[in-house]
Amino acid sequence: MALHARIRNYTTEFESCRLEAVSLEFGDYHPLKPITVTESKTKKMSRKGSTSSTSSSSSSSVMDPLSSVLDGTDPLSLFAATADPVTAADSTRKKRDKEDHLAVGSDFEPWSSKRGEILARYTTTEKLSIVSKVTTPGSAVSEKVRTRLEELDDLEEGSQKELLNLTQQDYINRIEELNQSLKDAWSSDQKVKALKIVIQCSKLLSDTTVIQFYPSKFVLITDILDTFGKLVYERILSMCVDSRVSLPDNFTPESINDTAKETCLNWFFKIASIRELIPRFYVEAAILKCNKFLSKTGISECLPRLTSMIRGIGDPLVAVCARAYLCRVGMEVAPHLKESLNKNFFDFLLTFKQIHGDTVQNQLVVQCVEIPLYLTLYSPAIDWILQCIAYRAPEGLLTEMMERCKKLGNNALLLNSVMSAFRAEFIAARSMDFIAMIKECDESGFPKHLLFRSLGLNLALADPPESDRLQILNEAWKVITKLKNPQDYINCAEVWVEYTCRHFTKREVNTVLADVIKHMTPDRAFEEAYPQLQSIIQKVITYFHDFSILFSVEKFLPFLDMFQKECVRVEVCKCIMEAFIKHQQESTKDPVILNALLHVCKTMHDSVNALTLEDEKRMLAALINGFIKMVSFGRDFEQQLSFYVEARSMFCNLEPVLVQLIHSVNQLAMETRKVMKGNHSRKTAAFVRACVAFCFITIPSLSSIFARLNLYLHSGQVALANQCLSQADAFFKAAVSLVPEVPKMINIDGKMRPSETFLLEFLCNFFSTLLIVPDHPEQGVLFLVRGLLNVIQDYTWEENCDDKIRIYTNVLHLLSAMTQETYIYHVDKVDSNDTLYGGDSKFLAEINKVCETVITQILDHLKTLGKDEALKRQSQLALYFFNTILAHGDLRNNKLNQLSVNLWNLAQKHGFADTKTMVKTLEYIKKRSKQPEMSHFAELALRLPLQSRT
Amino acid sequence: MGTALDIKIKRANKVYHCGEVLSGVVVITSKDTVQHQGISLTMEGAVNLQLSAKSVGMFEAFYNSVKPIQIINSTLEMVKPGKLPSGKTEIPFEFPLLVKGNKVLYETYHGVFVNIQYTLRCDMRRSLLAKDLTKACEFIVHSQPQKGKLMPSPVDFTITPETLQNVKERALLPKFLIRGHLNSTNCIVTQPLMGELVVENAEAAIKSIELQLVRVETCGCAEGYARDATEIQNIQIADGDVCRGLPIPVYMVFPRLFTCPTLETTNFKVGGQDTDDRH
Repeated sequence: MALHARIRNYTTEFESCRLEAVSLEFGDYHPLKPITVTESKTKKMSRKGSTSSTSSSSSSSVMDPLSSVLDGTDPLSLFAATADPVTAADSTRKKRDKEDHLAVGSDFEPWSSKRGEILARYTTTEKLSIVSKVTTPGSAVSEKVRTRLEELDDLEEGSQKELLNLTQQDYINRIEELNQSLKDAWSSDQKVKALKIVIQCSKLLSDTTVIQFYPSKFVLITDILDTFGKLVYERILSMCVDSRVSLPDNFTPESINDTAKETCLNWFFKIASIRELIPRFYVEAAILKCNKFLSKTGISECLPRLTSMIRGIGDPLVAVCARAYLCRVGMEVAPHLKESLNKNFFDFLLTFKQIHGDTVQNQLVVQCVEIPLYLTLYSPAIDWILQCIAYRAPEGLLTEMMERCKKLGNNALLLNSVMSAFRAEFIAARSMDFIAMIKECDESGFPKHLLFRSLGLNLALADPPESDRLQILNEAWKVITKLKNPQDYINCAEVWVEYTCRHFTKREVNTVLADVIKHMTPDRAFEEAYPQLQSIIQKVITYFHDFSILFSVEKFLPFLDMFQKECVRVEVCKCIMEAFIKHQQESTKDPVILNALLHVCKTMHDSVNALTLEDEKRMLAALINGFIKMVSFGRDFEQQLSFYVEARSMFCNLEPVLVQLIHSVNQLAMETRKVMKGNHSRKTAAFVRACVAFCFITIPSLSSIFARLNLYLHSGQVALANQCLSQADAFFKAAVSLVPEVPKMINIDGKMRPSETFLLEFLCNFFSTLLIVPDHPEQGVLFLVRGLLNVIQDYTWEENCDDKIRIYTNVLHLLSAMTQETYIYHVDKVDSNDTLYGGDSKFLAEINKVCETVITQILDHLKTLGKDEALKRQSQLALYFFNTILAHGDLRNNKLNQLSVNLWNLAQKHGFADTKTMVKTLEYIKKRSKQPEMSHFAELALRLPLQSRT
Repeated sequence: MGTALDIKIKRANKVYHCGEVLSGVVVITSKDTVQHQGISLTMEGAVNLQLSAKSVGMFEAFYNSVKPIQIINSTLEMVKPGKLPSGKTEIPFEFPLLVKGNKVLYETYHGVFVNIQYTLRCDMRRSLLAKDLTKACEFIVHSQPQKGKLMPSPVDFTITPETLQNVKERALLPKFLIRGHLNSTNCIVTQPLMGELVVENAEAAIKSIELQLVRVETCGCAEGYARDATEIQNIQIADGDVCRGLPIPVYMVFPRLFTCPTLETTNFKVGGQDTDDRH
């Protein structure tokens, strides 16, 4: 049976199909306008389903029966609405004002962010010991106050056990155990035991053996104290909430009931009777907040008393930590009480001379700790105290503090803390003074490079006065460059690079980089400093967005050479490429940039090996692609092509890059065509052929089969557009011969998926192209189509699948299009078969022969399906085929007409047809029959019965 | 089991003054109904004196404890014999704190040789088969705040090796000089003791400076008076080698119950104990 294709006039069809131009009125209603819901209750309605929500926007007249039930306003929202909005707003504002006053803002760096840093920094490998008493559970059940106090004494003097030779980790675990047992004791209502544990813990703070661990110990133990303070506070607070009305945050002591007050007082009395000074201080400081229950002025009276109490602590390190804790608690509970903060600092200054006293020195000798190391132990505490003081402090106060520090002979330790605690702007404005002071410091004590580092950190955040800038850099670098130890040097230099990049040009940056290289190269010191070097690169990149300037910094590439460990090197390259992609606005052809970046990309590419993760590869490829896309030589297309050739040779291991290159070259070819307005000169024709050749030899090196197929097709189209007919043929032939290799399953994003849908999609696309490909003069008619059909025929299709038949049906579309006098589309300057054959009857006969074969295949398949009882599939396929005939066949042909009627009946035969579709189809036929020359459709419609589904 | 007796005094801190009314509730909780022979409430206040072995000798101290002096004793019949329903029963009560004759309500005090204690006892008498139930509860009496302003009497002190007592070989002591002052030598019991102390110089490293609160109790008995000084509490005010020339605060909260205003007398003594000689 032959398909008698309907003669079609594409132009008129197109005209008739085109939508009528309707002037657009910008009325109220527009389907795409965002739905604005005016009634609050519609929000609830929307939950019931999408239908009601869409209808609510346009047709509010349709009342949803369910929504009417909910018409009454929600009782909760009603209640909320009645609350006077003015007073509510007013009260919240007042509250906020108060909070501003009573609490520290978010600009205050909290302790929690410091503690981790301290724990990581102050460690030890020495053995530690812990003094503890194994408290027996249930020892605290006695009621009498007397016995309680005796127990407390017992704990102090009584049977204590010393755990010796603990490693640092054991020690930390032990303290964590104590923390846990504190919580357990508390939750099992053994308050006295809990207090004992806390006392025991705070006692550990008076022990300064293994002094280099002391700051960490301080952090761990104050955590426990914080827990304890919170537990006590919450317990007393819970006693105040009798009538289920919780207290407001800013309650007054008058609103506290007697029981709560008594309990609170009891705690304070108990703590006041602790014999030893340090536990007494810490435990009282821990529950400082509870003073709020007793009197309004409690905290403001307690803080100065506790502050002066610290004077009794002899060891300066223990004392300064105690001060830091008091400041910490003070800032939390009453940040407005600044005086005691200042007092703490001044007291510290008064006792400062103790550090160099005999007692401390003897201790250091015993523990074999050097003075510079010992001094750094003070930093966390002093930093914290100064941070508390400097928080929102007036300029005058800071100046005063600085003067006081100066009086103590420019002590480096203090100077460092001042620099790390005070506002960067403040420091930056006085940079020259600070440099002078740093210079005056004595060498023996606190390490000077730390001072310069601190100063550098400040300058990275705030700008010094314009006039001083260069001098600051010179002065600072003079000292930094003299540092002998590479680690000290790089820590300093890392910080100062940011300042240099911020305020100076590439010349200075170049000098700095050169200096770093000079320092880090001997003995391969850079191997120990990769993180710092990496951060230097990062800083340079952040400040130099213009890559032409960046790469003209002579020492930049030599600097990169210091990254010799591959993973670090690749990381750095990635950073550079990311920055380039982010900041490079327009495409470039600057040879400096290209050279440098090719080098960088090459490094990234070369890191790929068999073990590289997929994700990593994808990321690298994306970065390289980003670079390739940014390269443009403008009208110099040949240069561009040779760049792509070079890139191909460099990045052959990354498939996505090759794909990108092929696309780029194709684009280049099309660009050429555009420039030549379709008329290639001899020279451009040769160039275009070179492009096509590039693609043709690159595609086979890809491993993904669909990438190859699509690229063949795509490149073929490009070749065709550029009148390279034989090359296009080659592409299409390659694609055809590749189809049999398509596996049944392919890997998509790590999952195995059947490939048929992809193949179907590709083949349809391919057919559309084949329509316009002119036949090769030496090959037979429809050489490519036949070839493709053979391949499809031989391809091993999935069992129980109709894809092959679907493709055949689609082939019919192609074939009917081929029989038209003028094809639906053309490639400019390429004569397709319509022109070549001019509707030659031999040609048409050939097409008809192919048609016949295909139709036979389809019908055979339909029969087989009928035998196999796969009736649903049969029905679908029959309808699909019917639609094809309807669209493309000339139904005036009796045979075809009969075939279509048969197919119609077949589709309905076993009741698997979708009635709605059938009705719609019939309606369509009837509608078509009203068009001119389509009267035979009316007749057809009469012959198509509709089967009711009963 | 089942029946529990408890006394709840209205004031949380249990502190009352002379002339006030002590009020509260007796709480009886039981699963079943309680048969009883009457519930009574007794308020007692007594001074217990104990003779110290040092002043009168071991033997006498053991046998001759002085008879307690009763200050107050009154009993109240709360419920006549009968039945109480199951569940929780609260019976409120009120006791006026008044003394008969010329007796004085002394402040509650727990000392070593002198004890002044006030208790509230609730007794539930029951039939022969069940035990009587008793519950006692201490309450605290404070004397009225002293009338008239207490004149503060500040005192300065200096401690050197020369001022120390009980030292055998004065020459062996390292040299030191400690100055200081107390804000007042007679203090209000509810207020802490305050002052300052400066270590002007000290040859040896200081380990600790402690403040000792000492009481002196005097008991009158047949043989005359017995005076005894005992430690109430010891508070460390300095730990380690403190900075020279820097005033260190002296601060001590008087423990409740263990101190009372000078009546039988308590006295303070500040012991600036240098522990140089301890090592």
